Amino acid sequence: MEEYTILRQFADSWMLLLLFAFFIGIVIWVFRPGASKEYKDTANIPFRHEDKPATSKEARK
Amino acid sequence: MSNYIKLIVLGLVVLFAAIGSNYARDLAYQVHAILVMLIAAGLFIWTLRNTDEPDIIVDRSAEYMDDVIRYGVIATAFWGVVGFLAGTFIAFQLAFPGLNFEWAQGYLNFGRLRPLHTSAVIFAFGGNALIATSFYVVQRTSAARLWGGNLAWFVFWGYQLFIVLAATGYVLGGTQSKEYAEPEWYIDLWLTVVWVAYLAVYLGTIVKRKEPHIYVANWFYLAFIVTVAMLHLVNNMTIPVSIWGSKSVIVWSGVQDAMIQWWYGHNAVGFFLTAGFLGMMYYFIPKQAERPVFSYKLSIIHFWALIFLYIWAGPHHLHYTALPDWASTLGMVFSVVLWMPSWGGMINGLMTLSGAWDKLRTDPIIRMMVISVGFYGMSTFEGPMMSIRAVNSLSHYTDWTIGHVHSGALGWNGMITFGALYFLVPVLWKRERLYSLQMVSWHFWLATIGIVLYAASMWVTGIMEGLMWREVDANGFLVNSFADTVAAKFPMYVVRGLGGVLFLAGSVIMCYNLWMTVRKAPAKEASLTVAVPAE
Repeated sequence: MEEYTILRQFADSWMLLLLFAFFIGIVIWVFRPGASKEYKDTANIPFRHEDKPATSKEARK
Repeated sequence: MSNYIKLIVLGLVVLFAAIGSNYARDLAYQVHAILVMLIAAGLFIWTLRNTDEPDIIVDRSAEYMDDVIRYGVIATAFWGVVGFLAGTFIAFQLAFPGLNFEWAQGYLNFGRLRPLHTSAVIFAFGGNALIATSFYVVQRTSAARLWGGNLAWFVFWGYQLFIVLAATGYVLGGTQSKEYAEPEWYIDLWLTVVWVAYLAVYLGTIVKRKEPHIYVANWFYLAFIVTVAMLHLVNNMTIPVSIWGSKSVIVWSGVQDAMIQWWYGHNAVGFFLTAGFLGMMYYFIPKQAERPVFSYKLSIIHFWALIFLYIWAGPHHLHYTALPDWASTLGMVFSVVLWMPSWGGMINGLMTLSGAWDKLRTDPIIRMMVISVGFYGMSTFEGPMMSIRAVNSLSHYTDWTIGHVHSGALGWNGMITFGALYFLVPVLWKRERLYSLQMVSWHFWLATIGIVLYAASMWVTGIMEGLMWREVDANGFLVNSFADTVAAKFPMYVVRGLGGVLFLAGSVIMCYNLWMTVRKAPAKEASLTVAVPAE
């Protein structure tokens, strides 16, 4: 088979499936148990450290 | 030691540019060679004067690197006014062709100034806004100083040089005739160097962050930086005819070239003007509203859906061309599906205000940000609709497209940038507040009415000319000549130009307001105590 046809078939099948599964995986992962608590903390990042960088003591792990 | 290497490099650049200015095959290349020679010679002298001076090392790791952002804010405001002025002028050139002055033919006619306008607003105004705000946001959300020391300065000044080379090149005829990718090969190479440095500064700061999570705004900014790099490289694969001339030849040919150009073109919209500015939205709207984003989960889904879909939408620019049907159908389908993440993002931005809607009455800055998100919603509704093949057969090549672009660019990109500038200037120059909120209100209304005039007149003229072009009489002959449509469009072109004047006037008021904020702000001004009308 010529190169174009091979690439085209791959893109139409396995790559499409892979990308779609990746996206669905993200959606499921976002709604995993305990996510809400973590995201609440993350969403508040803009309200910390407005004036100067965190010192190594303040660094959050 | 590093200074000696710099001196050698700068010396070689001066020599090369001097030879180039002598052997130059065209005017644009010659002017650029002289410009580069002068800049490199200036840098050479400056570096020389600082060589072998005692090093004073100041530890600044305990503060943010804000001086480069201050320069970025000034550059954004400056290029904004330049770009809006150029746009308003060419709008009147279309209405009154006499403004294509005879003495300036070949330099200041519409064809030369149009790319100057688009690049000035997209890459100079928008680009500087993105670089400045991304540097601000990545430091605050990573709780870390910018990585790379003076590399951030290189990014800033290198990008300004790119803008100057691109803009002067257009006027002097140095263009590769690819829409939104007009700069010739040596300017493309320079932008690549600057962009890699930008990516390094950005990633380096994220790597040394003190927060465990990468805040969502950074995801959008990073997608913008990485994707623009990819688009730029693929769409500018050219071979120079001579190293002493600006002309180059693209390696792609035929419909592949067209497809790559619009894959680039639409993703310049999707990643430069959308993903990057969504990064702004996800930081500055929560900050100004003083509450976290409505749904962080939605923001993650928004991000992945947006970047997975946008990259496929380009073929809708090539309906009814040599492009295969399956490809243009693919582009159309993805454009329509793109509706969902776009509106998801819009809802996320707007709903951030839930519980704080009263701020709309008292805070003209948040009003600006909200109308920006509103325009984002409107233009991302209009776009998918226009990408449908049947609608496109009416809208394509008409002014409707121009109106659509401007409701997105002036409304969404312009307004969110103005909001960010009004937020940033008092913070960066350590001022109590803005000089005048009333002026912000004036700016808001001038800009909004300007956009409404622009978009409405372009709908009317676009749909009118689309219908006139396809009108046939009983015998199947076309009813209108092209010149008939041009004559019919005149009143709408004047209205469009007036809309541009209003938008430009608003931005000049903004510049004055920001300037006075820096000069005078801590002193309480009378205008600050006057409440904004609550209608």
